[in-house]
Amino acid sequence: MALAGNSLISLEELTKEDILYLLAQAAKFEEEPNRRVLEGKVVATLFFEPSTRTRLSFETAANRLGARVIGFSDAATTSSSKGESLKDTIMMVSNYADVIVMRHYLEGAARYASEVSPVPIINAGDGANQHPSQTMLDLYSMQKTQGTLDGLNITLVGDLKYGRTVHSMLTAMRHFKSKFRFIAPRELEMPCEYKEYCRKYGIEFSESRDFDRNVINSSDIIYMTRVQRERFTDLMEYERVKDTYILRNDMLAEAKPNLKIMHPLPRVNEIALDVDDNPAAYYFKQAKNGLFVREALICNSLNIQI
Amino acid sequence: MKKSQLMVAALENGTVIDHIPSEKVFDVVNLLELQKMSTPVTVGANLESHKMGRKGIIKIADRYFTDEEVSKLSVIVPNIVLTTIHDYDVTEKRSILMPDEVRGIVKCPNPKCITNHEPMKTVFDVIDKNTGTLRCRYCNKEIAHNEIKLQ
Ligand SMILES: [Zn+2]
Repeated sequence: MALAGNSLISLEELTKEDILYLLAQAAKFEEEPNRRVLEGKVVATLFFEPSTRTRLSFETAANRLGARVIGFSDAATTSSSKGESLKDTIMMVSNYADVIVMRHYLEGAARYASEVSPVPIINAGDGANQHPSQTMLDLYSMQKTQGTLDGLNITLVGDLKYGRTVHSMLTAMRHFKSKFRFIAPRELEMPCEYKEYCRKYGIEFSESRDFDRNVINSSDIIYMTRVQRERFTDLMEYERVKDTYILRNDMLAEAKPNLKIMHPLPRVNEIALDVDDNPAAYYFKQAKNGLFVREALICNSLNIQI
Repeated sequence: MKKSQLMVAALENGTVIDHIPSEKVFDVVNLLELQKMSTPVTVGANLESHKMGRKGIIKIADRYFTDEEVSKLSVIVPNIVLTTIHDYDVTEKRSILMPDEVRGIVKCPNPKCITNHEPMKTVFDVIDKNTGTLRCRYCNKEIAHNEIKLQ
């Protein structure tokens, strides 16, 4: 096991073996989520930027492992709002906690915290930069529903320019041989640096503006993201594309039987409500998988293997 | 004999910085604070060069540079040549390449980067020594060479 007892800041630093190990640990937590292996330990959740969804998932993970949880859910209530440096906050909390889960609005905050902290740091999102537990739960969901991370046709749809989760997924999937399709309006297409990244690591991809039946019917995974109006400089362009990237149940009539539709949530209107009852809809289960993955990440940071 | 060689030969003790891209000559002057020197400093810009088309050269009498100063220099002007002269003889001539990492010299241009909010040193990985491209180790933002600003 290569990454025992470490902070988890970015998936870029994990090997293929690390990723597969963590996914296998998460699968054990899915079999039995309640394992009191952290009895007597304290997990701190420091949310300098509010994110109820991610915080509840991490805190539930810690509780199901038998740990106590301390922390805050909004920087406005802490001394960092009085001008305390991040370093001082981390040093103070590391006196009490065995591991710190942190989310911060500044990019690189988690890496810096891991450099000054005597206890492991788990990055629960640092600005637009990294959100490794989200990507791990995406990988877990794909592996669980498809049986593998190799040889899949993965279609990423929507905001591929600003979408942190889709960028992070490419980073993690460089170890596997799946094919990507990037479906986005011109203003939100996959940035050149990520396409360059794909070429460098031999990740096969194609690009299109059309989210049509051909695309849908040949996909194993469709990963939807929000297309936000405020991202567009040209509102005509927004009006033109906004309905193109809405997935409706009737579009799935000839989809592959193994197709799963994923979404990092919260959704706005990019997946119509009538998709929810389709067996391909996976986004709520995907979010639930976050619990098992986060149990695995917390245990790994403390050198606990199950 | 070419003019630039004449300039080098005229120095008794000191340092010659050669192969500076012409547009960077005054950045080097500022970085090394040569305007504050009391010994003779000769600054040449837009000189002909076979390799570079136009280049700059600076010679500084009675002054030698520390590794730290040289490392700073390499970040804003990659691939310069530094010649050390003692008693009219060239005692050392070395090409200065960008280091693998740059600590505490360059400012991250990303306003949301932690390095711009905490009392800490920046760290950049040099991801392309030919183009001089850096990447912030904290926010992962890539900086093209012409975007580099000193801290
Ligand atoms: Zn930065």
